This record gives sequence, structure tokens and C-alpha cells, in this order.
Amino acid sequence: MRIPAAFEPNGPPPRRRGHFAMRFWSVRHARQLETLYELYEKGLVALSPVFAWLGWERLERPVAALERGVKTLLFDCRMCGQCVLSQTGMACPMNCPKNLRNGPCGGVRADGNCEVYPEMPCVWVEAYEGSQQMRDTAGMATAQPPVDHRLKGRSTWLAVSRDPSLRAGAPLAGR
Amino acid sequence: MTMALGHPDDFGPDPASPLPELPAHSSRGRLERVLRRGEFAVTAELNPPDSADPEDVYQRIEAFEGWVDAVNATDGSGAHCHMSSVAICALLTRVGFSCILQISCRDYNRIAIQGNVLGAAALGVANVLCLTGDGVQCGDHPQAKPVFDFDSTTLLNTVRIMRDERRFLSGRKITTPPRLFIGAAENPFVPPIDYRPVRLAKKIAAGAQFIQTQYCFDVPMLGRFMARVGDMGLTEKCFILVGVGPLASAKTARWMRANVAGVHIPDAVIARLEGAQNQKAEGKRLCIETIQQVREIAGVSGVHVMAYRQEETVSEIVHESGVLKGRTPWRRDLVPGRAAVEHMD
Repeated sequence: MRIPAAFEPNGPPPRRRGHFAMRFWSVRHARQLETLYELYEKGLVALSPVFAWLGWERLERPVAALERGVKTLLFDCRMCGQCVLSQTGMACPMNCPKNLRNGPCGGVRADGNCEVYPEMPCVWVEAYEGSQQMRDTAGMATAQPPVDHRLKGRSTWLAVSRDPSLRAGAPLAGR
Repeated sequence: MTMALGHPDDFGPDPASPLPELPAHSSRGRLERVLRRGEFAVTAELNPPDSADPEDVYQRIEAFEGWVDAVNATDGSGAHCHMSSVAICALLTRVGFSCILQISCRDYNRIAIQGNVLGAAALGVANVLCLTGDGVQCGDHPQAKPVFDFDSTTLLNTVRIMRDERRFLSGRKITTPPRLFIGAAENPFVPPIDYRPVRLAKKIAAGAQFIQTQYCFDVPMLGRFMARVGDMGLTEKCFILVGVGPLASAKTARWMRANVAGVHIPDAVIARLEGAQNQKAEGKRLCIETIQQVREIAGVSGVHVMAYRQEETVSEIVHESGVLKGRTPWRRDLVPGRAAVEHMD
């Protein structure tokens, strides 16, 4: 059994290169997931009045649980509550052990693996590959703000539905 | 004995105080002036002491005095404990040396970082280098909690906001903003290679005014990166200082390649060291040649010499490379002169 490193977060372990993981599959299918999410986001925004009628706070727990389930399966999601997957080639930057959201550090190994977890491909090497397939390639050049740690565990889906200016890549003035 | 003359802009009434204001300069330090004058700048990395004795810092600076335009005080490099960067900068600034404060995102959150930036500026520090930082796993305290509240880009942006918008990230006002020349690191030699120039553009947009790169042992690879960066118009927006350093032996090179994160050393370099009679001398010669080659690349504004445990070789390397072209960076016995100004006319 693999013993987790002292600083490793709870949840899915670092994924090994050469072994199958849904999160690698998602990066390889970044284009299709981008299209799917665009439609889904439109739906979320359209449903905003319904969510408002049901009550945002009442929906928070069940929707966050659903979001966690779906996105953990697809992306090893860490529920930062401020999803930027559509800007990062469908590779979740919270899986970077340094939680870098604006690009790779200088420690990436020559084989494209992570400095901290030598067996895991660098999240940003994956992100770049995913982004190359996507229609929106500007995402990787967009500056992301620092993480708001208060949002941890909350649903990005509901946040975007409630305020579309919060979606990833929208001008930062909205934040 | 005659004293070498320095550029008058590099002197103020008191060496320990910030220099007089100059138009279009964001700091009151010497490094920015040297770069904006178009001179080829030399910086070096100071190996911080594991001690509480200021004399240890003053002893270590002696190897660099009169040879470099600024000294980087590392911030827990390799995730090892040493004297703090801000303390080293404060000690050296007191004497008149130009220092680059390094801030790594590994050890502090946004509250500590912003306080540290204000404090360093108050102590006279004029330059700051914003880094992500090595992971805790490679240091002497792998059981520590890594912070990484910011990444290097959000750190750059925060320092720029503090300086230019006179506020903390929270929006609270800063009465006297820190006058800083802001820098970042880049590693053109590791994957994802094609994304690296985009990442550099992001850092420049966030606030980086100068860049210090990781060790360059592969000049053609740097050349390709610089060509791309030049095409993107980035070399007009920031000063790029290329990281260089002497390799002590082929064995050291192999060890570094395997154990130091982000260091790319081609096989040809190791073969050259192995074939040499005196590997240490060959490492030094290789470093000098690298400096001379990178100087010729368009957009390169200087070099950053990292001679870990070979600090005594820095003066010889800088001297023999000829990059200073007879110029003497600031040192304590230097006097302001008109010679440099006349030379510029």
C-alpha cells in the first residue's frame, strides 16, 4: 500500500503516468467536455429563476454533493468552489501539490512529471495538452485570481447560475 | 591607488538610504537604474548562513562586492531553513548593497506576505523576486505544512497592486506604498516548453519588470525561447537576466540533474566536464562561455550568477567574461564620477 505524503490532501491520490485515470481521459476529451459544459452552463443560467424560487441556500448542499460526485469522478475535483476547468484544458489545478492556478512551476521534470510526485504527470503539462484541443485557447493565457478559501466545498454550478459573471474567464471585476 | 568611478546616478547622499527619485523608475534602487541605462547587469545569489551572526552575512558579501549590481537573498531555497531573506536584505542594505528580496509562496499566506513586503520596503529594500518555491518534500522539513496561498503570478499582481494602487489586496489603503522593482523567475528548459512564453507573458502582465531564469546550460534552447519571447514583444516589456553558474565536476552535474528540481543539463555538457583534466576549471570556463554566448542573444539584459559553494569564483567569472566592459558595480570605496556620463554621450 502506498503511504500518502505528509502534505497530501484527502481524496483521490496522485495519478501515475501510464495508468488509466478518468482525469487523464477528461484531458484527452477536453474538446468534447468543453462543448458539453458550454451547453450545461447555458442550462444552469436559464434555470436561475427556478433555483431562486427553490432557494439558493436550500439547494447548496444537495447540488454541491452532486457536483462533487460528478467532478471527482471526471477530474479528481477538490471542490475549491471556484472552478476554472474550462480555462485549464480540463485538468484540475487543485491537483497540483502547490495548488498553482496560473501555470506550472519551474520544477517540472524532463519527462513532464511533477516535482513533488515523481510518478504523476504535471497537472500543467496535462492542462496545456488539453487546452490545445479546445476552441477557447485564451483560457491558458488568462490570469486567475488567488483562491478564495471561503468557497471551499461550495458549488460552482450554483454560483455561476446565480451570477454568470463568476464563470471562469469572465473579467475579474465581477469577483 | 586610484578609486574606480561609478555612474553618478548610483549614488545618494548616504549609501544606506534609498537613492534620489528618477523619472520613470518604479524603485529607488541601483539595479533598475543599471538596467534602464541599457547596461548589461550582473546579479548573484548569496548562500544564506545558518547562523544568527550578522558577520556571517557581511563575510559572504565580500566575494561579490564591486562585481554585481544586486545580490539575491534566497528565501528558504530548496525548502531548507536559513537566515531569512528579509533579514539578510536589511543587513546588507544598511551598508549600501543592493539586494533582491525573494518571496516564496511556500511558507507564508497573503497576510504575512503583504506585511513582509511593506516591512522590507521600509528597511530600504528596492527589489523583490516573486517565486512559487520548491515543495517541502525536497527540504530538511518534509513534515511541514506547505502554504501556497498564492502562486507566483498572484503574488506578482499583489505586490504591483500594493505599489501602484496603494492598497492591500483587500482594498484597505496603504499610506506610503512600497517602491519596488518587481521580478519573477522563469524556467525555459522544462515542460511544457511551448507554454513557457505564454506563462512569461502572464507574469509580465501581472507586474514582472525583470526576470531571472533557472540555470542555463543549453544556449540553443534558450535561444529558441528568447526568439519566441521576442516575437511576442515581451523583451520590450521586461529585462531578462539569464541564470548561469559553474559546475564543480561531472559528478556534481549528474547529481544536480537528478536531484535539483528544474535543472536541465545536456549530456554534452557532462561529457565535456568528464573529458577535462581539471573539471572545476572546465566548469568555470563553460560558465564564462555561456555568459558570452547569452549576451549576444537579443533581449538578454544581464546574467544571474548562481555559484553555490563556489562564491569565490564569481568575481573571476564576471571579470573574465568581460560583460561589465570595464564598468565597476557599486562598492563601498567607489566615488561618483563623470567618466561614465561622458562615455554615454
